[in-house]
Amino acid sequence: MNKTLLIIWREYFERIRKKSFLIMSVLGPVLVAGGFALMIWLGNADKTEQKVLVIDESMAFYKNMPDNDFVRFYYPDIKLPQATKDFYKTDYTCILYIPYSVAQSSNSPVKLFYKKTPGFAVTQYLRDVMERKLYEFKLAANNIDPSVIKNARQSIQLINEKIYENGDSKESKTDAISIIGFGCGFLIFFFLTIYGAQVMRSVMEEKTSRVVEIIISSVRPFQLMIGKIIGIALVGITQFLIWIVLSTILTTAVSTTLLKKITADANTQKAQQEVVYKQGSSTNLKELQKTDSRLEAIAMINDLKGVDFTAIIICFFLYFLGGYLFYSALFAAVGSAIDSESDTQQFIMPITLPLIIGYMMSISVMQNPEGNIAFWGSMIPFTSPIVMLVRLPQGVPLWQLITSLSLLIGGFVFTTWVAGRIYRTGILMYGKKVSWKEMIKWISYKA
Amino acid sequence: MSLLSVQNVTKRYATHVALKNVSIDVPEQSIFGLLGPNGAGKTSLIRIINQITGPDEGEIFLNGKKLAPDDVANIGYLPEERGLYKKMKVGEQALYFARLKGMSKADAMSELKIWFEKFEMVSWWNKKIEELSKGMQQKIQFIVTVIHKPKLLILDEPFSGFDPINANLIKNEILELRKQGTTVIFSTHNMGSVEELCDNIALINKSEKILDGSVKEIRKSHRSNIYDINFKGNLMGFTNAMWTGGELLEKSSDGDLHDIRIKMTGTHKPNELLQAVMQVAEINSFKEVIPSMNDIFIAKVNSQQVIGTQSNFTE
Repeated sequence: MNKTLLIIWREYFERIRKKSFLIMSVLGPVLVAGGFALMIWLGNADKTEQKVLVIDESMAFYKNMPDNDFVRFYYPDIKLPQATKDFYKTDYTCILYIPYSVAQSSNSPVKLFYKKTPGFAVTQYLRDVMERKLYEFKLAANNIDPSVIKNARQSIQLINEKIYENGDSKESKTDAISIIGFGCGFLIFFFLTIYGAQVMRSVMEEKTSRVVEIIISSVRPFQLMIGKIIGIALVGITQFLIWIVLSTILTTAVSTTLLKKITADANTQKAQQEVVYKQGSSTNLKELQKTDSRLEAIAMINDLKGVDFTAIIICFFLYFLGGYLFYSALFAAVGSAIDSESDTQQFIMPITLPLIIGYMMSISVMQNPEGNIAFWGSMIPFTSPIVMLVRLPQGVPLWQLITSLSLLIGGFVFTTWVAGRIYRTGILMYGKKVSWKEMIKWISYKA
Repeated sequence: MSLLSVQNVTKRYATHVALKNVSIDVPEQSIFGLLGPNGAGKTSLIRIINQITGPDEGEIFLNGKKLAPDDVANIGYLPEERGLYKKMKVGEQALYFARLKGMSKADAMSELKIWFEKFEMVSWWNKKIEELSKGMQQKIQFIVTVIHKPKLLILDEPFSGFDPINANLIKNEILELRKQGTTVIFSTHNMGSVEELCDNIALINKSEKILDGSVKEIRKSHRSNIYDINFKGNLMGFTNAMWTGGELLEKSSDGDLHDIRIKMTGTHKPNELLQAVMQVAEINSFKEVIPSMNDIFIAKVNSQQVIGTQSNFTE
């Protein structure tokens, strides 16, 4: 078996057998799915059924407020003092007291009495329903048709379309797409930092524990370094694949159980809306607006369907690998030069700085995907793994993609070469405070 | 025939010269002591032999052929500063190092089994290195150094960290390996073990070889006409009898029993001294003092130190 393969094999298996790897692999997707479930659950929380006794002195709301799936209204003929006195004898959970003057002045508050504190969703619904009914009540009092208001409030759709020199034109995508790019860029930033630091720590451990003294008589320093870098890369890819598979399974499971009902609701509402549009009038303005925002989301999802995800995933892996090889070689060089963890800070900073700059660039690139920052940021290998990923979903000319990738490959060949030369001197150098100047000198040393 | 021949090797670093025109010859199936104070250049030489670094000038021959990358399989190296992966299991780790030397998995397994049984450490196989004592770790390091049956074994301070029992165990293994045909280069500051084990030595100081040859010859050639005499009789009479030309170096007396260390200064032979002394005293023992390697080491290194400072002045 080839010695480099042997080193890769050891680096890989020692890591994936660790408990921390297993925990991270499982915990990551569980956190993602858990967060997803929590979001849905919070949206549906405290929706225990409320039986609301309405005492409406104004008669503006009498038998006119719609129930929903967790709030039901009852309008028995009863006065407030009697109702509060008998409250615990009945199974009403709340009493909603609407004073006579409510329609005249906002200074006369509506009161809600309860046995158990109703949740935010309940009070929100009550307020919404009353405000809407009051609005319709007042329109009606002034002889205005609600559909007039509805038609007066029309939203504008703004489509961005780029015209190229050759006359082609292309519709640019919505914000959701640039968010995907930004997310990919961030993931790369995250992985490069995490796994780069792992390479560095692992090199340093081998050096300080003097294992390297034993190994170095069997293999060349470059084999040892490249074996370690590739081994850890494979760990990263394995972890990433596990995350993708587990996250997909878990989030699908979560969404099929929790979201089924919600999408069903959205669909019936959409149907209702069409009916309403046909009838040309609506008594249900707020409900309509809600449906509109849901439809917007659906439109966004449709936009996303237009993005070439296969291309993005392929590019993600290419840039992840390229960026990783580029940076991990530098991290390995630093790890070989230092003796203790406390010395790492001054050397890590100059390496992580371009990464952080790339990350900050990506924020501005998201807003201006064709500016100078976007172009140069996606060409220079120090930042291209992050910046190019942000640009990618918006569409990048092929020549730029090829140039950027070639530069990245050239970049990591160069950093690996430089790192190899620093590494072979560094790993056998002890008890010496190393400076950048010193490390640069090592590059020119003869073997 | 020499197994290893280092010819006129020079190694320069940015700020200093680590080796200056150093040549050594290590005869096959012998134990060769590579001696010298700290920083003399021993480790540089060992690293060059291991092809960890290359020489700036000079050549190295192993078994008559120029040293080649494949020779790592023919050399076993136990560095002075050595460590193992703390979190890795003993058996897997030994297997890993053996395979890095180019052994097949099956060969490595069967050899490891033999060594683990020999050193009574079969039960450690699945333990992590960090669970073992330092001495136990040293044993494993020794095994992974010799597991691939190298022709040339380079041991840098092999006994450090061992208790006397285990040191003896390792010493016997080294002798056994030589008997089986292995050539050993042995670097140490422990001169006692040099006298005990080494057939030949080279002494390196300040990047240069200042002495080499067989241990016996070197010790013989460094004789300085010093003798220990134990006798019964009158001390005054004894000193009067020293007309043959001698310098009294040490004396200790217990009643009329005397221990004398004397350095012959004239052209007279020890026999003449004995004859003169026999007339005044009853001699119990008479023995030439052969200098220890320790004395030779110190004397050689110190004398060069003086020359070194002088030449610095003249520059």
